[in-house]
Amino acid sequence: MSTKTDKIDRLAELTASTETSTGASLWVEAWRRLKGSKMAVIGACIIGAFVVVAIVGPWVAPYSPTAQLWRGEVFTNQNIFVGPRAENWLGLDHLARDEFSRMLVGARQTLLVGIVATLLGFTIGALIGGASGAALVLGGKVGRRIDTVVMRVIDIMLALPSLLLAVSIAAVLGQSLTTVMIAVGVVQIPVFARLLRGAMLAQGGSDYVLAARALGVRKRRIALGHVLPNSLSPVIVQATLSLATAIIEAAALSYLGLGNPDAAEPEWGVMLAQAQDYFDSAPMLAIYPALGIIVTALGFTLLGEAMREALDPKLRS
Amino acid sequence: MALLSVDELTVTFTQRGRRDVKAVSGVSFDVDQGQVVGLVGESGCGKSVTSLALMGLLPSRGVKVGGRADFDGTDLLTLSGRRMRDLRGSQLAMIFQDPLSSLNPVVPIGVQVTEILTRHRRLKGEAARKEAASLLDRVGIPDPDRRLKEYPHQLSGGMRQRALIAMAVACAPRLLIADEPTTALDVTIQAQILELLKELVDQEGTALLMITHDLGVVAGLCDQVNVLYAGKVVESAARRELFEAPTHPYANGLLGSIPRLDAPRGEPLRPVRGSINDTIAWEDGCAFAPRCDHYTLECLQGTPVLGEPRKPGHQVRCVNPVLSGGAAELRRSVLPEPDEVPGADAAADGTGPEGDGPVEKADPAEKDAVETAGTAEKEAGA
Amino acid sequence: MLRLVVRRLLQLIPTLLGLSVLLFIWLNRLPGGPAAAMLGERATAADKARIEAALGLDQPVWIQYGRFLKRLSELNLGVSTQTGQPVWDEFTRAFPATVELGISAMIIAIAVGVPLGYFAARRRGSWLDVTAVSGSLVGICIPVFFLAFLLKAVFAVQLGWFPSFGRQTTGIDATEVTGFYVLDGILTGEFDAAWDAAMHLVLPALALSSIPLAIITRMTRASVLEVLGEDYVRTAESKGLSRQVVRGRHVLRNALLPVVTAIGLLTGGLLSGAVLTESVFAFGGIGSFIKTAIDERDYPVLVGFIMFIAAAYVVINLLVDLAYSLIDPRVRVH
Repeated sequence: MSTKTDKIDRLAELTASTETSTGASLWVEAWRRLKGSKMAVIGACIIGAFVVVAIVGPWVAPYSPTAQLWRGEVFTNQNIFVGPRAENWLGLDHLARDEFSRMLVGARQTLLVGIVATLLGFTIGALIGGASGAALVLGGKVGRRIDTVVMRVIDIMLALPSLLLAVSIAAVLGQSLTTVMIAVGVVQIPVFARLLRGAMLAQGGSDYVLAARALGVRKRRIALGHVLPNSLSPVIVQATLSLATAIIEAAALSYLGLGNPDAAEPEWGVMLAQAQDYFDSAPMLAIYPALGIIVTALGFTLLGEAMREALDPKLRS
Repeated sequence: MALLSVDELTVTFTQRGRRDVKAVSGVSFDVDQGQVVGLVGESGCGKSVTSLALMGLLPSRGVKVGGRADFDGTDLLTLSGRRMRDLRGSQLAMIFQDPLSSLNPVVPIGVQVTEILTRHRRLKGEAARKEAASLLDRVGIPDPDRRLKEYPHQLSGGMRQRALIAMAVACAPRLLIADEPTTALDVTIQAQILELLKELVDQEGTALLMITHDLGVVAGLCDQVNVLYAGKVVESAARRELFEAPTHPYANGLLGSIPRLDAPRGEPLRPVRGSINDTIAWEDGCAFAPRCDHYTLECLQGTPVLGEPRKPGHQVRCVNPVLSGGAAELRRSVLPEPDEVPGADAAADGTGPEGDGPVEKADPAEKDAVETAGTAEKEAGA
Repeated sequence: MLRLVVRRLLQLIPTLLGLSVLLFIWLNRLPGGPAAAMLGERATAADKARIEAALGLDQPVWIQYGRFLKRLSELNLGVSTQTGQPVWDEFTRAFPATVELGISAMIIAIAVGVPLGYFAARRRGSWLDVTAVSGSLVGICIPVFFLAFLLKAVFAVQLGWFPSFGRQTTGIDATEVTGFYVLDGILTGEFDAAWDAAMHLVLPALALSSIPLAIITRMTRASVLEVLGEDYVRTAESKGLSRQVVRGRHVLRNALLPVVTAIGLLTGGLLSGAVLTESVFAFGGIGSFIKTAIDERDYPVLVGFIMFIAAAYVVINLLVDLAYSLIDPRVRVH
């Protein structure tokens, strides 16, 4: 008897040493891979730093973003600019305002534009796409018809170059930060709608849906309980990437003169657009906000791409 | 001397930050001119990796290949990329498992057949096209001229596999490797494809290395069979020998797990319990031990060696081989000779040893009970 | 094939109709209403009243829409408040410039992006791969107008290698045939004019190509990586084919399928970038024109251009789908 237990013990010991990794859930696995991705870590660090600046920026800014520190002098006519110095780390802008303070305060506006625009596009787009996808998965003539109509509208929106769509909206709403947010957000709606619908359609045709149907699970439960949650990952990735595009698009709108004209609320896009007029004499005034936009956009892009890779079932080991 | 002589082939997959995985750990076997040799085992046992290693088709990165594979006197494993390219397709050819994914979807069948003729036989233009048509005809594709212009998605599954076979035999290779060529096909098509392979091999005297998990295929086709488990050959015997006296507990279980048409109604099926993941490293002992009903403490003390416990030439890697003769007797009385069984039909051929009780799940708590049955059987055998 | 074309052309109709409804609503929502939209903000009250009567703004909405549609179909979209020229004339004058710029940008993006993505994939993890991937990530994060501005400041203003604005040096002896200046120069044998126009194209095209280049590089890389793991590539290798045949016929032909789709979509989306790039370089295409139209609130131009551009975009998409069905046999039969 003792040899019997001996050998079982020995076997248990040996099998334990060759333990193979057990399958984790998609999200757990994705999180594990995300943590190990250099891209994700760099992206998250950039985003973290940006968010901190956006939150505390206005409080720690040494000057008011509108205060003209060198009243009475007209620099721009003489092309004299005050460069970086002890009391103004990044120098003064064309109206003699502290560039550093404006960058700090501007971060918040820029983040706000990105988040609000993306949330707008995400919410409405996901609702439209989700409804359309669910209608398709639920099936039937009505479902298909709803989907056709919705997708035609989405196609029309996609047929407009994004910037023109944004410009058209801005033309109706007038010039303000809200306009920029709405214009940039609306441009994202068809992107999210198509993405979610496409993902739901792909999921709807998969075998597990067939299996659930065969088991008699209600169609509505299949569409909302199984298909929808499984289709969300590309949309979440897109939302992260959208934060980057929203910030860049907002800058483009500012360049076209549709940005926020209020100097009390500096925004990187407007700052960049304005600084271009003085590029020959003070190139740094354009480069600071440009770097701000590029680095921030890069942060969101890196994180988004890393998430896409982490969630890709084809790349799972 | 054998046409292909594989000696202690090892394939290790390495990945940064992970433990190396030995997919093939010391596989040796020979293939003679005109011989059909089977490599049998369940998925994950290393049989496909073995074939890819022989063809030089494993990725160069993250893979370490060791041992020798002498093909007509040259070691395939150390051959330069260029010389290997010259051999592949002309001397060595391969047929893959899934004919649809193995054909380029955006290139007509004709181009995919003629390109190999152009490469190795320097046939061009009309001559190449004619030869391609006659190849398709030879593998039983009707209306070859039309098919040459078609794309893979326009062909049926069996037709695609025939096209792949046509490419493989285009340059009359001396060794053909077939990696589960019938797995993705319907049963009726399977038999046709096997028949075709047999014919081609007989006509040309081509040696065939048949990789399969299907014992029916083995029974219908192979002269010599090597059973692989966790990257090692555990039993190697002539086909008759193996089917009559499966001696390694794994081979024995494998044959015993095949459902029999002539079994009494209600008799439970006898699967080999567990899965290939329930394993231990060969260095520590027999990798099959966790799934084996006969294992003893000796099984867990180092790699078992290949021995010939039953007959010369019948090699078994086992400390406690299954030597009872009862199973073979019964099989002979009930079943036709394996030679007479064509193709897939032979699947019903194998039987398990009689003394073996039905095996349930490998629950540690239940192990004792299973144990007793196993030991009793062994004693009866001795 | 013909049936596909016809079906797609028919699908165009509801899209364009829907677009016209949106535009109609948009026009009516504009500050000052459609009259201001027709005349611009600086119109006098008398002008406005005259236009309002002419437009029949007192009539029911659907009649108004009907008239709007009629004018659209006649390509009669009013007169630009900036130039006093009919919108359609302005459009046809500016269009070749933008097409020329767009094509040049796409040529750069494809000629650089596809090989770069391909070699990055083949040498995965090498310095080339790392550079290509990080370069393309940064590429999509640089605002196009800023990149255009930088290129202009460095290569045109500072170094003086390229002209900083316009499509051609004013006063150069050039005959206009097609409106594509480089092509015109070659057709008429005025090679100095063609060269001059080409030099004017370099910087704007480079700036405009940044985003398509980044996307094409990454898509090609991802696609090649995926195809390299396909069974049919292994089959091709097992046949002992030469490296060139395996790479060209079996890897690239398949890997480029998704890239072609992306190229089509990018071409359609190029216009947003063109608006920005052209205005930086005062290029005189649709983009420049739209930028001034926005600044001047020149609504007839905006409405007209949006409509034409949307139509052009839909047509481009159609062409892409047709091209796709030519290169992918699996699509062709259905």
